[in-house]
Amino acid sequence: MQDLPDPRSLVNADYADGSIYSNPELYDMEMDRIFMHNWIWVAHRSDLPEPGNFITTFVGPHPVIVSRDRKGDVHVMLNRCRHRGATVCERKSGTGASFVCPYHGWAYGLDGALRGVPYQEGYSGQLDKKKYPLVSLRVEEYNGLIFATFDKSIMSLDAWLGRAKPWIDLFMKQGAGWPVKTMGEHKFTFPGNWKIQLENTTDAYHFPIVHKSFLDSVDEETQNTFDFVGGKGFVEDLGHGHSVMVMIPELVDLDENLDAAIPERFLELAEELSKDYPPEKVRQIVRAVGGTGFNLNLFPNLACSMAFFRVLRPLSVNETEIRHIAIGMDGGPESANEARLRLHEHFQGPMGFGTPDDAEAWDRVQRGSLAGRDIAILLNRGLGHEAKREDGNLFSDVSAETGMRAAYRQWLAAMTDEMAAAETGV
Amino acid sequence: MTITLNEAIELITLEADMLDHSEFREWLKLYTADSLYAVPIDPDAKVEDLGKILNYAYDNAEMREKRVERLLGGRSISAAPPARTVRLLSRYRMLETGTESCTLRCAQLLTELRQGRERYYAADVTFRLKRTEDGLRINQKIVRLLTSTEALTAVSYIL
Repeated sequence: MQDLPDPRSLVNADYADGSIYSNPELYDMEMDRIFMHNWIWVAHRSDLPEPGNFITTFVGPHPVIVSRDRKGDVHVMLNRCRHRGATVCERKSGTGASFVCPYHGWAYGLDGALRGVPYQEGYSGQLDKKKYPLVSLRVEEYNGLIFATFDKSIMSLDAWLGRAKPWIDLFMKQGAGWPVKTMGEHKFTFPGNWKIQLENTTDAYHFPIVHKSFLDSVDEETQNTFDFVGGKGFVEDLGHGHSVMVMIPELVDLDENLDAAIPERFLELAEELSKDYPPEKVRQIVRAVGGTGFNLNLFPNLACSMAFFRVLRPLSVNETEIRHIAIGMDGGPESANEARLRLHEHFQGPMGFGTPDDAEAWDRVQRGSLAGRDIAILLNRGLGHEAKREDGNLFSDVSAETGMRAAYRQWLAAMTDEMAAAETGV
Repeated sequence: MTITLNEAIELITLEADMLDHSEFREWLKLYTADSLYAVPIDPDAKVEDLGKILNYAYDNAEMREKRVERLLGGRSISAAPPARTVRLLSRYRMLETGTESCTLRCAQLLTELRQGRERYYAADVTFRLKRTEDGLRINQKIVRLLTSTEALTAVSYIL
C-alpha cells in the first residue's frame, strides 16, 4: 500500500506548503474525506420549485440527480443505474415522472425507487426491486439552500452551518420581501486547484489590485463604495471552515438604513419603480438590487457572495469549475431583476470585467506554486491584530486572512478526521 | 439600392480584422449609436428577449466603450497583454435584406493564444446591418457560441 501524504505536515495555523495545490494523492484524499464527509451544496430551492422538477449536478466527482417528488420532498440520488452503472439522466434540468436508463430500460421514480425492469422473468424471481433504488444521499435544507452528503453520521446541516446561519438569513434579504430565485449562471473553468478559489472568497486584499480595470469602469460613488481595504469592515471565522468578509458594513442588513440616499447609478431604476411602488418599498428594492456588502464562504463549495452564489467543483488537482449563479426576486419587479442581471454580467463570468482577472491570478498561483520545494504559502495576514468576540468567533480587519485560516483549519480536521478540532479557537 | 451580400461581407470582415489587430477604438465606430453587441448563454433565446435573461455580454454603446478601455488600459491582468486572436468568418447567408437594413448569418471560428495556451471558440454570428449617412454600419451583433451552455474559460477579449 502506498503511503498517503500527511496533511498535518502541509498545513499549519498561518502557512501551508505549496504542494497542497498540486499533489494528486492529496487531491484523492480530499475527494474522499472532504467531499464525501461534509455537507455539499447541490441546489437552490427555486431550481426545482414544483413536484416533478429535477436538475442534475455533482457532489464532488459524483454525478447526482436532485429531484422533487410528488409529495414535495427533495431527493439527491446518484445518477447511476443499479444494473450496469449507466447514468439515467443527462438533462441539466426538467420535469418528469421517472428516470429511465437508456441501456436496458430500468425505470426509477422521482424518489429513486426502482419501478420497472424489462423482461423481469429473466431473473427467475431473484431480483427484489426494493433492494435496488437509486442510491440516495442524505439531504437537508436551510433557507432555500439544499445540501447533500454521503455521510449518514455527520452532524445535522443546522448544526454544521451553526453561526453562519444568521448571515445566510441576511443574504436572503436580497429578495426585498420576495423569495430569492436563481436567474441563470456563468460557468467557467480555470487551470488551478479548487482551494485557490476557496481562499479568494474572503480575500479583500486582492480587490483593489486585481480589479483596477473593473473600478475604472464604474462611477466615482461606486468606486468609493468598493474602496474597503483599510475601512471598517472585518473578516470573521464562523466555525466549521465557514467565514464572512464584511466589505461594506452599511450593506450588511438590507432592510436597515432605508433612509440613505439612493446611489446615482440606481436613480433611473428608482424612478421606474416609483410608478408601481411606494417610496419605502422602492428604497428596499433598490438596496436589494445592489446586493449585500459581504461574502459568506461556506466550506467547502458554496459562497453567498455579495449578490450571487459562487459554487466550486474540483475537476482534477489542477482544474476547477466555477459557477456564478445570478439571483433575483421571485415575483419582484422585472426592471429590478433586469438591473441585477446587468450588474452580474458587468463583473461576473468569462466575459465580465472582474472574473477573468481573478481567473488570471488563480492560474498564476497554480503555475508559480510549482516552483521550488518546501516553500510556504503565507496565510498570516491580519493575525497580529486578530481578536475573539464574546461568542468565540475570531475576527480581524477586512483584508485579514482569517477566513482562509478558518477554511484550512476545517480542511485539516476533515483530512485527519478530527472534527472536534475544527471548532473555532481550539 | 438593396444591400448585397458582398457589401455586408466587406463590413463584417473589416470588423473581424480590426478585432484581431486590436484596433478597438476604430471598431467602436463601426456600430450605430443604438446598437447591441450580445453573447447569449441560452441558445434558443430570441434577440428581443435577451435583456430579460443572463448573457455573457449584453453591451450597449456605453458598455462597449468600457470594454475597449479595459482592453487598452493595461490595468486588467487578464488583458495585459491581451490574448492574441485569429478569427475566420465563413458560411455567409443573407437571411433578409432591403435598401435600409439587412440580416446576415455566418460561422466564426476563433483561435486564441494566451500564456502559451491555444483555445478555440466556434460560433454562429448574426449581424443586423443598417445603411447610415456614413455608410453601412452594425446595428446588432449576436454571437451564439457553440459551447454557450458549457463551462468556458476567461474570454478577456471581444468575440
